[in-house]
Amino acid sequence: MRLAVSKPPKPLVSVKDAQLHYRVGSAFSAMRGHSSVVKAVDGVTFEIQKGESVGLLGESGCGKTSMGRLLLKLEEATGGEIEFAGDALSGLKGPALKRYRAKAQLIFQNPFEAVNPRFTIRATLAEPLENAGIPAAEREGRIIEALELVRLPQPQQYLDRYPHQLSGGQLQRVVMARALILQPDFVVADEPVSMLDVSVRAGVLNVFRDVRDRLNLTAIYISHDLALVRYVCERTIVMYLGRIMEDGPTEDIVHEPLHPYTKALVAAVPVPHPDQSHDPLPIGRGAPDPRNPPSGCVFRDRCPLAFDRCAKEAPALRPAGSRKVACHLF
Amino acid sequence: MTETLLSVRDLKVSYQVGKGSIDAVDGASFDVPRGSIVGLVGESGCGKTTVARALTRVIADNASITGGQILFDGQDIAALPEREMNALRWRDIAFIPQSAMNSLDPVYTVEYQLNEVLRRRGGLGRRQARARCEELFEMVGIEAGRLGDYPHQFSGGMRQRVAIALALALNPKLVIADEPVTALDVIVQRQILDQLRELQSMLGISVILVTHDISVVAYVCDRTVVMYAGRIAEAGPMDAVLMEPSHPYTMGLRNAFPDLKGAASGVLTPIEGAPPNLAFPPPGCRFAPRCPFAVETCTTQQPALGMVAPDHRVSCHRADEAAKLRQEAARTETWLADA
Amino acid sequence: MLDTTLPRPGFVARFFRSLRLPLNDPFAVAGLAIYAIFILTAIFADAIAPYDPTEILYTPNYDLAADLRPGEDGFILGTTSLGRDIFSQIVYGTRSALLIGLTAAFMVALIGSIVGLVSGYFGGWVDALLMRLADVAFGIPFLPFVIVLAAFLEPSIWNVVIAMALVLWRDTGRVIRSQVLTLRSRSYVDAARVSGSSDFKIILRHIAPNILPLSFLYGSIAIGWAILTEASISFLGFGDPQSISWGYMLQDAFASQALAKQAYYWFVPPGVCIILVVSAGFFITRGYENLLFPKLGR
Repeated sequence: MRLAVSKPPKPLVSVKDAQLHYRVGSAFSAMRGHSSVVKAVDGVTFEIQKGESVGLLGESGCGKTSMGRLLLKLEEATGGEIEFAGDALSGLKGPALKRYRAKAQLIFQNPFEAVNPRFTIRATLAEPLENAGIPAAEREGRIIEALELVRLPQPQQYLDRYPHQLSGGQLQRVVMARALILQPDFVVADEPVSMLDVSVRAGVLNVFRDVRDRLNLTAIYISHDLALVRYVCERTIVMYLGRIMEDGPTEDIVHEPLHPYTKALVAAVPVPHPDQSHDPLPIGRGAPDPRNPPSGCVFRDRCPLAFDRCAKEAPALRPAGSRKVACHLF
Repeated sequence: MTETLLSVRDLKVSYQVGKGSIDAVDGASFDVPRGSIVGLVGESGCGKTTVARALTRVIADNASITGGQILFDGQDIAALPEREMNALRWRDIAFIPQSAMNSLDPVYTVEYQLNEVLRRRGGLGRRQARARCEELFEMVGIEAGRLGDYPHQFSGGMRQRVAIALALALNPKLVIADEPVTALDVIVQRQILDQLRELQSMLGISVILVTHDISVVAYVCDRTVVMYAGRIAEAGPMDAVLMEPSHPYTMGLRNAFPDLKGAASGVLTPIEGAPPNLAFPPPGCRFAPRCPFAVETCTTQQPALGMVAPDHRVSCHRADEAAKLRQEAARTETWLADA
Repeated sequence: MLDTTLPRPGFVARFFRSLRLPLNDPFAVAGLAIYAIFILTAIFADAIAPYDPTEILYTPNYDLAADLRPGEDGFILGTTSLGRDIFSQIVYGTRSALLIGLTAAFMVALIGSIVGLVSGYFGGWVDALLMRLADVAFGIPFLPFVIVLAAFLEPSIWNVVIAMALVLWRDTGRVIRSQVLTLRSRSYVDAARVSGSSDFKIILRHIAPNILPLSFLYGSIAIGWAILTEASISFLGFGDPQSISWGYMLQDAFASQALAKQAYYWFVPPGVCIILVVSAGFFITRGYENLLFPKLGR
């Protein structure tokens, strides 16, 4: 467990007021004024220090995956600024973009979708090496090394196999090996174990933790499951409808959530014990609608504590003790 | 709670694949007491969904029930003629699928589909059906005003509520829910589980909940049946199975699950290896190749489902040493050493 | 570009494997067999045909060998009113039919695939521009367009190929674009981008191999189209009188009132050949359909 440094050095990743707005509906309906804008990410600001692991937590449609794609420049922000090691991502092109690609990597949710089914494991892992200009003679060694790093026993036996010949857990390790093969500084993991069977999940999570510590990686772990986020991240950012609700040390969030949404989220996580609270959740029914969010605070229509001000004014993300909260109550 | 509604005895289900056949379920026995929720847990491919579907006798074309009995209210429905079985479905045994979108027809309104069931199968008149629709929607917590909506107009959680309403339409005695909350977010998941539990105790029905998540079992179930590779590994009262597991597989599953309320420093321990290929199952205990406690007998002899405590059955050769094994299983090294 | 250190099957073998010839469908196999026979005929036309197809022939009595019935004086399928050997015309007609069919199909598949790949992968204004061009191409009535083109250019069998290349890429392009749109959203394409692969490399390695069967499907449809179009153009009299094609034979037979003379041996064989080649193309298409869209379940 790393301790927060009192005077933070320059952050590795800095996100300032990032926005990703989509226009939905056709050009024709736009002319008639029918199209609407979906704000997948709407004014998100945070910083990540080198070596920090941050969980991006939220329900589906909260913008956590879009945020991950913005950070990897798979999607172009429609507003705000994202910087990596002091360079703005929006300006990266050509060789500079290629260098960034080698430093920032993604681990996917579904390992069976993340690899080309026509490619052998060897060809899959060779692709980033080719792109980085690693000489052909060195590649085989690097591939074996990466597979050993993710604890795939006897890696040679997998090289000439095709993805469908591997189990989900094995393939997810291959996907991790591909992300790590160029020794990146920054890794975004998007729900990497949600498609895996329970008995192999723990193995993949342990490898992730282990590799992160060994390579001193800066990591973002995207998930809807606070229990998993808690297992791999010391800090958690809670998102709802494209905005940050709460940002702080994971243990504090687990034991004493501040934001009403975080409270509901923490209470909703089932635990593998018979003795647990069966109290109703402190949250309204219904689902967030990204096309039509409420005015003011986006959570107010499901919030049990909402009052007049919540409808008029969107709360800013303000410091509250060890963390930051976007709620008028703090 | 002692009266048994459903009793599955030595059930076998085989899939015909090419010239060979695979025993997806190989001798499963368990009971569902009246008015209880039974969790059927296991990993993908363990046969839990096949068991659930076999109970309604709606199984794949290449699958067939090749042995055993399914005693529902004392009647063996495995041997029932199709016509009589069909009369039983929905009226006595209802099914909630994993994805509600698959059970709802996108081109008809929800009310139309509820009506179809109520009037065709339930024999209700137009007025009665309308009243019942409103009652059902109120039961699952949706405003009656939304009866005229189409399935796509509902969110995922709402759709699952509609699927529950559809299953409960004819007051069944048994509801089989196949991973009903797996595709949902935690908050919606919790709300649906609360709803299910509330309706179950209100109506006094029995529910079989198929899931891979032991946290879900811990939250709503009274009893647990753990399956592994087509067989029952352990079955008993939920708290006994989860807190004092007697099968090494159940012990392993407990270690692999993150616990939000537990200590932060806890380490998750995977079960190394993968479930066996059911076309070539290992002789003896099917968990033996992954089991850190396997002894010679385990690799040669199939363990029988034996009693370790009243109402708690385990199929393990070393079940009588369970207390000792539990202590060893709690240590991570136990599971790594044998990898 | 390709990783040379790794053992790979030969390029030709990989190409054929990625075409995924539908060899388990009996209709498709029949279609492929018909093609094989016609292709062999076209290649060995010089050896098979007893006469030059345009040569005016005479009987041993130095009479014009006109309107001879099949078998008379050794002419297998008889002769035309101008004394030309019908069998030789059929054999050489195979050559021009296949030449037109295959080049047109190649052009249509190639242009359509490139348009579909570029449009689907890059999206944005490139996509908008190409798809509006496709809309324009959809608005062009095909046969009149070929006739106008033939009127402007020298009469030649290649007019049909040019016209097809200019117009018929639209169907192929549209369909391949939509396929590319779904392929593009696969995680492994994102993975390749994050790995630093260039757009060109992603298209070539991860997307193009998956659309090859579709291009081949549209190519085989285009073969039939091209042969039919050429026959129609020749029949309407806009063909090239110097090169013998099946359509030209039909036009010649029509102009010489072969029907009135009951000279079925003259116009039935080219008609049958056209039907055979075109339907062979559709048989193969059918096989591909079963392969690409197994849910049609035929």
